[in-house]
Amino acid sequence: MKLWAYNILQAALLIGLSPLAAAVLRKLKALLQNRRGPGPLQTYRDLVKLFNKEPVLPDRASWIFRLAPYVVFAVTALSAAIVPVILVHTPLSAVADVITLVGLLAMARFFTALAAMDLGTAFGGMGASREMTFAALAEPAMLMSVFILSLAAQSTNLSTVTDTMLNADLGLRPSLAFALTAMALVAIAETGRIPVDNPATHLELTMVHEAMVLEYSGRYLALIEWANQIKLMLFATLLINLFVPWGIAMEATAVNMAFAASAWLLKLLALFVALTLMETWMAKMRIFRVPEYLGLAFLLAILGMLTHFILEVVI
Amino acid sequence: MNNALLLLSGPALALSASAATPLFARDRRVQIWALCSLLALSGVATAVSGMAGLLSPPKTAVLPLGLPRMPMHLRLDALAGFFQVVIGFSVVSAAVYSVGYLRPMAKDRSLTPLGVFLSLFVLGMQGVTLANDAYTFMVFWELMSVTSYFLVVFEHENEANRKAGFLYLLMAHLGGLLILGGFAVLYAAERSFEFDVMRAAELSPLWASMAFLLAGFGFGMKAGVVPLHAWLPEAHPVAPSNASALMSGVMIKVAIFGFLRVVWDLVGLEQGAWWWGGVVLAAGSSSSVSGILLALQQHDLKRLLAYSSVENIGIIVIGLGLAMIFSHFEYQDLAALGIVASLYHTLNHSLFKGLLFMGAGAVLHGAHNRDMEQMGGLIRRMPYTAALFLVGCVSISALPPFNGFVSEWLTFQAALMAPKLTGTILSALIPFSAAMLALAGALAATCFVKVFGVVFQGTPRSRSAAESHEVDRWMLSGMAIPALLCVLLGVFPVWVIRLIDAVPIALIQTSLGGLIAEGGWLWLTPIAPERASYSPLIVMAVSLSAGFAAFFMYRRGRPVRRAPIWSCGHPNLNPRMQYTATSFSQPLRHIFSNIYRPLEKSLRVDHGHILQVKQVRYSVHVQDLAWNYLYAPVRQFTAWATQAVDWLHARRIHGHLALIFATLLILMSLLV
Repeated sequence: MKLWAYNILQAALLIGLSPLAAAVLRKLKALLQNRRGPGPLQTYRDLVKLFNKEPVLPDRASWIFRLAPYVVFAVTALSAAIVPVILVHTPLSAVADVITLVGLLAMARFFTALAAMDLGTAFGGMGASREMTFAALAEPAMLMSVFILSLAAQSTNLSTVTDTMLNADLGLRPSLAFALTAMALVAIAETGRIPVDNPATHLELTMVHEAMVLEYSGRYLALIEWANQIKLMLFATLLINLFVPWGIAMEATAVNMAFAASAWLLKLLALFVALTLMETWMAKMRIFRVPEYLGLAFLLAILGMLTHFILEVVI
Repeated sequence: MNNALLLLSGPALALSASAATPLFARDRRVQIWALCSLLALSGVATAVSGMAGLLSPPKTAVLPLGLPRMPMHLRLDALAGFFQVVIGFSVVSAAVYSVGYLRPMAKDRSLTPLGVFLSLFVLGMQGVTLANDAYTFMVFWELMSVTSYFLVVFEHENEANRKAGFLYLLMAHLGGLLILGGFAVLYAAERSFEFDVMRAAELSPLWASMAFLLAGFGFGMKAGVVPLHAWLPEAHPVAPSNASALMSGVMIKVAIFGFLRVVWDLVGLEQGAWWWGGVVLAAGSSSSVSGILLALQQHDLKRLLAYSSVENIGIIVIGLGLAMIFSHFEYQDLAALGIVASLYHTLNHSLFKGLLFMGAGAVLHGAHNRDMEQMGGLIRRMPYTAALFLVGCVSISALPPFNGFVSEWLTFQAALMAPKLTGTILSALIPFSAAMLALAGALAATCFVKVFGVVFQGTPRSRSAAESHEVDRWMLSGMAIPALLCVLLGVFPVWVIRLIDAVPIALIQTSLGGLIAEGGWLWLTPIAPERASYSPLIVMAVSLSAGFAAFFMYRRGRPVRRAPIWSCGHPNLNPRMQYTATSFSQPLRHIFSNIYRPLEKSLRVDHGHILQVKQVRYSVHVQDLAWNYLYAPVRQFTAWATQAVDWLHARRIHGHLALIFATLLILMSLLV
């Protein structure tokens, strides 16, 4: 019972901190561009403002348009609850393994795309078409890269995988490098960061995610924005805890957990600094370069899988 | 006596439905009632006998019908039982749906042929599953093929229907011939048509592989495995929607049944060669990816669904291939997992594809069109159809917590056990097919966002779509049955798997049951709890809570203001500005242009200056490579071969007599 409480607590931590993470990312980017940028609480203020505003709904919006933000948020929140954040062994990670995690994210995307198609605007259709196309390449790449880990850990359960990566003596495994690269590429694409999509964009013909949520306002927009922030945090946590899980708590003691939490936050910060550097460095790709980029991720993941079978399976 | 009643009540009711249809031809309302109620009863009886087959030991019956000295042998075992359940569910929902579907059709044409052939078609499928000798099997198999031909050409005034029907008949018979060849190989071993004898027969490795190949190609042709799928996207769309729901939902599954019966049960996997599983796995992987890639580029709704059937058959076949590989290397428990995954997907696909085809029929009925480019905004005029269709779309896209996800999850779990097969070339093939499965799943989601978004959402693209109307209660309830089952099968997989488990017990004497039961009914743990687990009920609870929150906010939340659409301040939006089915799939057409080889034509007329556009016309046609590289050469070769022997026909009577004499001589020399 205690473990369930911790599990829910760590999910709440992830969900609660995700606006802060977005704000930190924005602040870091502003600093690199010699701007001051908004403070760390700005994203919270934005969310509160949006939640309190009267939503404006387009005339012809159907029930799918109104339902979609809730589904997106709930499903993303559930996926946040199954990822080990501070504790390795959490009861909820048995509810859904890594394949289900990918499925849940696909569910969120499915409903976002349907909501975008709902109104019959060219922007909505464009966003949905692009998002689903990219997802069709990103999702298998993501699955294959986590499969490399599952093959190493002989499990698709996220807790077990993290445990294996933390404790087992895996030796030198080149397939993990492939998995990490593929996963990082996918994470950038899935969270809509530069060079795949620009989260700060509005009204550009190259936008993908923003084009889908153009018509949302008020609480609907708040839910979607928040879900996006959670998704960013989720992918960052996944990368951290699957590939560099050092410091994560095996037992639920106060000291261990405090240490794990601070290690997690520090690693997040490091990852975000790297992401900011990359986002400042790079320009956004042309939209038809993105499939090549995702195809690369997919191929890397398949190569990693083959490497695993050729080099690492003990005969 | 009891056995015979159990086995025969379903087929007998189907037969009586076909007999009743012409009897009541005078009053078409009564005719529809008689046909549909008898078919529905037949479906219920089939499902009941199927359950009995799954839960109890095999039952046999011998009917004094057929050729002299060769009565019909029937047998209801777990394998037959499972497929009877699949048939039963689909037939019941299609029968309920037909009450509403046939009524408007009855106004201007006779329903007698449709009713007769539909019932005989159902009878054929039931008979194939029950058959216990090759003769009975082939009789019912041909009954199924021929009656479905008549369903395809039911609206024979359209040339497309006749062409599709011919292609279908041709390929069905080619497939039938191959299957017959497979049985001939089995017959030659012990000189008996009875399955019980064939089961015990020992075959030499060469002949076993021969039987495998013949049966594989024959049943693969019926199932629509790439590249033998060419008839499927032609024939399924043109049949009436209730018939195409059965053809796509069940008939192609009967081919899967045939494959299991002949290769797994009669030949037996213990006589199999190592490469069998590899071939099956490769066929499944190629079907799943190329099926969904071609589905993405269709704009005829039913044609799209037909291509998607090719994909789903691919997924089923991947599961079978995995099971065959594992079984060959004596990992029987993993083989059981593969077969359960595959059968689970068989059941799932029969439900959601039936639902989607019936939904397409409802759309056709409400909006009088099959072309997705002419639809749009139907969710406002047909809200219930839209909601039911959405369930089908979510299920087929393999999204949790619906049923399609469970079977794909199980297939992935089976594929991830590949490291057990150390040091074989097959263990490298498995990750590759897992990748193809992942790609197919993601593309399926894209495909069905397109379907739902273009058909039901946005604004109407034509007058017929703007004036569409909701279908009647019968059609809605016909769709609601599979939709409900999709949800239940998604949420309670453990109970379903316990039922399916009888099939691996019968086929490879291995049960998955112990492992499934370990986690309790809430947890699906196919191998071991620490290896992988999935609890769909909790996922469903979270999704439902989202729905409740939305509903609560809708009722009690801050009021919303309705305003004209913003669209970045773009004024005067019209329906032609929306993304269409063709434009939605444009990025993928671009990415996979090597596979699609799109033929694009664009025409641009201007008023003397390039910027003063008068008219732009764009059309694109995507090719099915199988046509160009397989069917066209085969056709050319056949034409060449017939021309080459043409001189034989141009003889006078003496010449023909001489030919007959020569043939007789050759035959006699063989006999002696």
